Amino acid sequence: MNVPADLKYAKSHEWLRMKGDTAVVGITDHAQSELTDVVFVETPSVGRKVKAGEGCAVVESVKTASDIYAPVSGEIIAANTQLAQHPELVNSDPYGQGWIFEIKVSQASEMAQLLTPEAYTSQVSAT
Amino acid sequence: MKRTPLHAIHQKLGARMIEFGGWEMPVFYTSIADEHLATRNAAGIFDISHMGEIWAKGESVGDFLNLLLTNNINKLRPGLGQYTLLCQESGGVIDDLYVYQLAADEFLMVVNAARIEDDFAWMQKQWQAWPRRDSVKLTNASDDFGAVAVQGPKVANFIDSCVERGGIRPSELGKNEIARAQFAGKDIYVSRTGYTGEDGFEMVAPAPAMETLWNAITDAGRAHGLKPAGLGARDTLRTEVCYPLYGHELDLETTPLEAGLGFFVALDKSEFLGRQILLAQKAAGPKRKLVAFKMQGRCAPPRPGYLIWTAGSAGPVGKVTSGTQSPTLSVGIGLGYVEQNFATPNTAIEIEIRGQRAPATIVARPIYKPTKAPTSKI
Repeated sequence: MNVPADLKYAKSHEWLRMKGDTAVVGITDHAQSELTDVVFVETPSVGRKVKAGEGCAVVESVKTASDIYAPVSGEIIAANTQLAQHPELVNSDPYGQGWIFEIKVSQASEMAQLLTPEAYTSQVSAT
Repeated sequence: MKRTPLHAIHQKLGARMIEFGGWEMPVFYTSIADEHLATRNAAGIFDISHMGEIWAKGESVGDFLNLLLTNNINKLRPGLGQYTLLCQESGGVIDDLYVYQLAADEFLMVVNAARIEDDFAWMQKQWQAWPRRDSVKLTNASDDFGAVAVQGPKVANFIDSCVERGGIRPSELGKNEIARAQFAGKDIYVSRTGYTGEDGFEMVAPAPAMETLWNAITDAGRAHGLKPAGLGARDTLRTEVCYPLYGHELDLETTPLEAGLGFFVALDKSEFLGRQILLAQKAAGPKRKLVAFKMQGRCAPPRPGYLIWTAGSAGPVGKVTSGTQSPTLSVGIGLGYVEQNFATPNTAIEIEIRGQRAPATIVARPIYKPTKAPTSKI
């Protein structure tokens, strides 16, 4: 299982790559391997304001639809339009081209709730 | 949760397990799409040990089963099986199943895992009321047997080497035929049936023989592209060919005629449970019908429970019962019930997905027709 050391993680299997006060968000390698065969991704509208823990994207695999949650509160400032034609990027490159949205963080204090790579790894290993 | 005799093998293969009908079953080993395409292009092996085996024996058994089941059992002969339905007097479906005639006075019924207890209780209740019950014996042997389905266009090339030589050759069986074969000194049953639309076989064997049977088949099939396949692929494969799944397309509130299974309801045979209601429903025409549909273009796959609309309809005209992204066709597909007047192929419909309606079209069944479908000798 690939858990890059330079990212933050949410318990609900999203990763965040911080760039100043914004964060790029996707789902972890573990999450994509649980879902397998991603066939459709519904990305959030740019400009939408979300609260931490709010469902704001949906990843559809052959088997099921899974909600993707905003790991922190803020405003959606970008969504990965490439996923409309290539949803399988979530499987093949979950930490790169398979990113889902970018959020401008409104409550910096929420960052403390996120997991370190070590903490996320042990959460996944425990299940 | 119950475990099948192949549980240790699934664990060793790293299968993702789920609960299904009270059983812990593999949903996939590598990915649903991988296993689906392996089965369509070469071969897949599925653990179907969760399914039930009910034996019916005795002099009057044919007449008894013809009262219980909708298809005409008199069309069978030893060595042949048929798809059939077990209905209540109301015409509602208790289960859909395969019944095989093994000998003049011996039948095997293979039933759905989640329905074993209800089916057997219903059969026993009818047996109690049957005047000739002394010449009919019912046995629920589900716990003593396991089963595998080996499906796909390449299976007939290697299946004969999976049973002992000198006995029957499975590849010589016709569609729906069944024969007793020997494996590791045990009697097993091999039928040319399946739930994928592909050519293939189902093998019912005593539980203790299941692991060695699985290993023998996977060894023989490896060079032909055989892959272990889970319930996920089993579901997408059967959805493409529009086979019903109990609990989705069929339940106690649904009749076989609504489900488009009239071919398996012999209304012209002797009296059977549900016949009066089904005769009336056939005369009047069912108010709702099962349809197959395809989504138009790229969108989220349809899922069970989604509402079906038509352009300009004041309210929904139906509901999705099965839906997925077709791994073979790379498009969203589904089955669902709609009001009878919207049930014609080429009708434009809309599927409500998370509050938004996506365009779809009703299509003729099956949605996908395998290129090398099994041929019937009968």
